[in-house]
Amino acid sequence: MLTELAYVALLLGALLVLAAPTGRYIAKVFGGEQTLLSPLIRPIEQGLYEIVDIDESREMSWKTYVSALLVFNILGIAAVFLLQELQGRLPFNPEGLGAVRWDTALNTAVSFTTNTNWQSYSGEQTLAYLTQMLGLTVQNFLSAAVGLAAAMAVVRGFARKNADGIGNFWVDLTRSVLYLLLPLAIVWALIFVSQGVVQTLGPYVISHGLEGAEQVIALGPAASQDAIKFLGTNGGGFFNANSAHPFENPTPLTDFLQVLGMLLIPASLPFAFGSMIKNHQQGKAIFASMLVLYVMGLGVGLWAETSGNPLLEKLGVAGGVNMEGKETRFGVVPSLLFAQSTTVTSCGGVDSMHDSLMPLAGLVLLFNMAIGEVIFGGVGVGLIGIFFYAIMTMFLAGLMIGRTPELFGKKLEPFEMIMAVIGLLAPSVTLLIFAAVAIVLPQGLSSLNNAGPHGLSEILYAFASACGNNGSAFAGLNANTVFYNLATAFGMLVGRFATILPALALAGSLAQKRIVPASSATLPAASPLFVIMLVGTVIIVGALTFFPVFVLGPILEHLLMQSGTTF
Amino acid sequence: MYDIIKEVKPAVLLFLAFSLLTGLVYPLVITGVVQMAMPERADGSLIVVDGHVVGSELIGQNFSGPGYFHGRPSAVSYAANGSGASNLGPTSSRLMDEVRRRVEQVRMENNLPQNTPVPADLVQSSASGLDPHISMEGAMLQVPRIAKARGFPESEVKLLVYQTIEPAQFGILGQERVNVLKLNLALDDLTRRR
Repeated sequence: MLTELAYVALLLGALLVLAAPTGRYIAKVFGGEQTLLSPLIRPIEQGLYEIVDIDESREMSWKTYVSALLVFNILGIAAVFLLQELQGRLPFNPEGLGAVRWDTALNTAVSFTTNTNWQSYSGEQTLAYLTQMLGLTVQNFLSAAVGLAAAMAVVRGFARKNADGIGNFWVDLTRSVLYLLLPLAIVWALIFVSQGVVQTLGPYVISHGLEGAEQVIALGPAASQDAIKFLGTNGGGFFNANSAHPFENPTPLTDFLQVLGMLLIPASLPFAFGSMIKNHQQGKAIFASMLVLYVMGLGVGLWAETSGNPLLEKLGVAGGVNMEGKETRFGVVPSLLFAQSTTVTSCGGVDSMHDSLMPLAGLVLLFNMAIGEVIFGGVGVGLIGIFFYAIMTMFLAGLMIGRTPELFGKKLEPFEMIMAVIGLLAPSVTLLIFAAVAIVLPQGLSSLNNAGPHGLSEILYAFASACGNNGSAFAGLNANTVFYNLATAFGMLVGRFATILPALALAGSLAQKRIVPASSATLPAASPLFVIMLVGTVIIVGALTFFPVFVLGPILEHLLMQSGTTF
Repeated sequence: MYDIIKEVKPAVLLFLAFSLLTGLVYPLVITGVVQMAMPERADGSLIVVDGHVVGSELIGQNFSGPGYFHGRPSAVSYAANGSGASNLGPTSSRLMDEVRRRVEQVRMENNLPQNTPVPADLVQSSASGLDPHISMEGAMLQVPRIAKARGFPESEVKLLVYQTIEPAQFGILGQERVNVLKLNLALDDLTRRR
């Protein structure tokens, strides 16, 4: 137990040490300042602008920024879809895998472009190496870069005054990939291979085991995708078992680096924000709010999971320890730490099967996703999400004292409120409506793997994951049906664009405003009081929206489990 | 609308450039580097005995004979080209039936008295279906059976288990565990030498 707690402490320690300097680095990159890597990367960057004919200094209005972002994403969806349909005729396909079924291919294309990486297919049985590299690995980079670009545009909205522009989408996109994602991915990929993550273009290997049984061992260029899978909070597995697969996550060290990888950029963005608005205390306050929420959820999850399953204990399992769907090399505590981290961020990679976790641990994961993944959150979009909640917090505070609310020196008026509410509610409403539809349709229910309240949790989890752009699953649910492929694809599009577009509109509106000097009546946003109110708002909004349905799913299951009921 | 059309050209060009960079150059350069620097790792940590691939040290395989250590139950029968889990929840009666059956099987195979608690990893299926490890307790419990089947003293088999232990990495990451395939290879090796 002591080493396991030390593991948790080590992770949080590493995050605390790395987040602030990474944040300052990000601020420099997007401010166009000289960085350590500039001598190497700046020429490549300028070369790209020259080829593509991009004027680096051109500022975009929020509407132009949105247009560029949408065109780019449509291209991404089309490319990933086509690659899947044509892979049978293309190179780098030693297993001769053919075209993917249309609904699965469409779901996958939307999934990877929206940074969700929900997977209704099995990687090693469906996708050619070329599709994995040129389709999925590319979107692993680009979807993260799009999220980061959007976040930087919103930060500029707060930082600028009386301005029309919020940055240049093409420049933000390029800098995200070149200065941040690609260099980190190279380091992570090399460490992964040294631990045993596979990276080859050769065919699957046939082995004959000690008892004579034949085993076909799937391989592939997994490490290069695995690295960006975490750094970009993507989470799509190269293999079906995702990071539970020994070739995708072979040792405790890779497991640790995967958790650190998914948290690193999201946790550093509040510090980048602090640098960019020249108020470091503000960045710290946002980071602190996220950390408080993270530790609270982790505590509940660890308690639920380490308590064990009384039903298993009765059957003779030592201590009732729940190892179903877990790997021996990780064990209970690191598995739960991974699960918590992958759902607070929009990563969604898994090293244990969430479907088999204890009911209340599953509840924590559901909550993390349903509130919109704002506890660190996805690369870029997590920061955007917490801004929405911060706006809501200031609005509530403004109501209490009867004053026009302000946030970070900007007056919040009806337009800002409307955008924040759309960004907060659109994914939640979509989640609940789709889950309700799935529960009454035979197409929704026939995919279930578990009965009783756990079945409801499976459906809720699927749509929370899709609408939150997470991608992890209660994977017993057979999502590879036309109904679920189309329903979750729609959910993913809403989850992505109904948050990014209002956020960019918000950025445009904020940038035009002047900065209000703080007065004695201003609620300081860089204070412990603000942290408490922000944390409270996140929990209250989440609870008000989802408490009834969570009672019928995981909470009911927990109570029934205690009373010895099975389904 | 004009806005959108104006952004199409940079969108297409930049998309192509990044597809080339992150979808071909990056993975192929990484492949090239690791194939030169650490090919055994990059190719799946395969174990070759007498010129034949007998498996990968990272991928579990099925063992059912009394003379071999048994690994975790697998929901996919150790299909290394189709990883996966049971995904059964904590109140699933199917899970309870499976665990009950496996607990009885482990007790019977290893001659344990009824009501002996059985280590969790031996009776619950892994997340990948390919877990190469079992816990120390799970290995120790099987020692008497294996010693009997192979005609070795128990102490010798125990010694093999201790020699195969993989400790927590850097003393802090992960938990102590035993690689089943490596342990069984060591057993076969011992049989050959005697």
